[in-house]
Amino acid sequence: MLEIFDLSSLDFAPFILSFKLAGITTLILFVLALPLSWFLSQTNSKTKPILEAITALPIVLPPSVLGFYILVVLSPNSAIGAFFEDLFGVKLVFSFSGLVVASCFYSLPFMVQPLQSGFESLNKHMLEASYLAGKSKLQTVLKIALPNIKPSLITALIITFAHTVGEFGVVLMVGGSIPGETKVASVAIYEMVEVMEYGTAHIYSALMVLMSFIVLLSVYIFNHSQRKIGVH
Amino acid sequence: MIQIEIHKRLHGSHGDMNLDVNLEIQKGEFVALMGESGSGKTTLLRVLAGLEKAAGNINVEDVLWLGNQKMLPPQQREIGFIFQDYALFDNMNVEENLLYVNDDKALAQRLLEMTELSRLSHRNVKGLSGGQKQRVSLCRAMMKKPKLLLMDEPLSALDPLMRSKLQDEILKLHKTFGTTTIMVSHDADVSYHLSDRILVLDHGKIIADGTPEEIFLKTSTVTYTLSV
Repeated sequence: MLEIFDLSSLDFAPFILSFKLAGITTLILFVLALPLSWFLSQTNSKTKPILEAITALPIVLPPSVLGFYILVVLSPNSAIGAFFEDLFGVKLVFSFSGLVVASCFYSLPFMVQPLQSGFESLNKHMLEASYLAGKSKLQTVLKIALPNIKPSLITALIITFAHTVGEFGVVLMVGGSIPGETKVASVAIYEMVEVMEYGTAHIYSALMVLMSFIVLLSVYIFNHSQRKIGVH
Repeated sequence: MIQIEIHKRLHGSHGDMNLDVNLEIQKGEFVALMGESGSGKTTLLRVLAGLEKAAGNINVEDVLWLGNQKMLPPQQREIGFIFQDYALFDNMNVEENLLYVNDDKALAQRLLEMTELSRLSHRNVKGLSGGQKQRVSLCRAMMKKPKLLLMDEPLSALDPLMRSKLQDEILKLHKTFGTTTIMVSHDADVSYHLSDRILVLDHGKIIADGTPEEIFLKTSTVTYTLSV
């Protein structure tokens, strides 16, 4: 029993993989979600509700549905899967690259929604003042909009990261469980429970709870302190 | 000279109406734009700034800002705009707000001295009083040495003492930089003291155009409209 709790014998590879996946996903999603959330916050067009509904779909869909479609679309038998495999030699299912693509879909709303609501809360006149100062939309977003929605920005980045670390269903379907490639922490815990290695499952799970709590606590502390600055 | 001919359909609180404005403004003139709420004053200002679309022509010192199916974006119009709610960049200090518009430190210092803001230049704008904020916004608008200075009720959120102090500063800047200025105002007193010319807008049309004396002393109907 003691051997099980010897931390040095623990394999941390699944955790490292989870964090690597979450880090890359957060970076990619930030770049992709920035123009999308900006567009959604500024437009009154009829396509807005449609785009908003599509963006929010991953929140309500069972991960298995998302996983199934991603598998279908990315498999080497599909046009997209074949294209990537022929041109770049990248296999998009049961590989780390595939996990990144799947995670980007899965965590999209968690990046877009806080950014969008942050942008919507900005004083429109402040943005117009920047345009009148001769600045382009990109300059305005980077130098005026983003610095003025720091709490929303931090929330978007951290929640996207944490949500990607916490994903399970999509990862299992698209990635399987290849050690060092697609076996992330959540999948590793599932497997340990299946083979009744409760000791290691306990340690892994407790680590996940602890890390998630620290991440969320830091977001709330930061946002609380920002609000205080706003008041004074 | 500035030639303005604007047509725009407005959906206001008093139902739909047409904004139809046709006027010429001389270089260096200080024009006050008066009229009831919902008469189209702010819209006219925003169309001039390029913040809203409209049909027609705007020609500023032989540069076409609007016309021939083209609309010059706000970035390319040489405009200073003062918003009623100041609209300062909250993430920057006073000096940074000015330098963001134009990276000219000497001009920024000169403007801050003229408006007695020098000692606040490194303060974050969030902590300033209403009057201080509006002075920063005035300085910021002058940083581009604009051909046209547009002000949307610049003094309405301030107390009377601050209003008269800022009134003087607006006039000082207008004269020093030789800017053409258009100011939307509800306040007859402010308009009377600042402007060379007053335009009264009613339901999207200009119903009176003249010097402050002509408007306030001779036209009783207009005075009635303004007092409502």
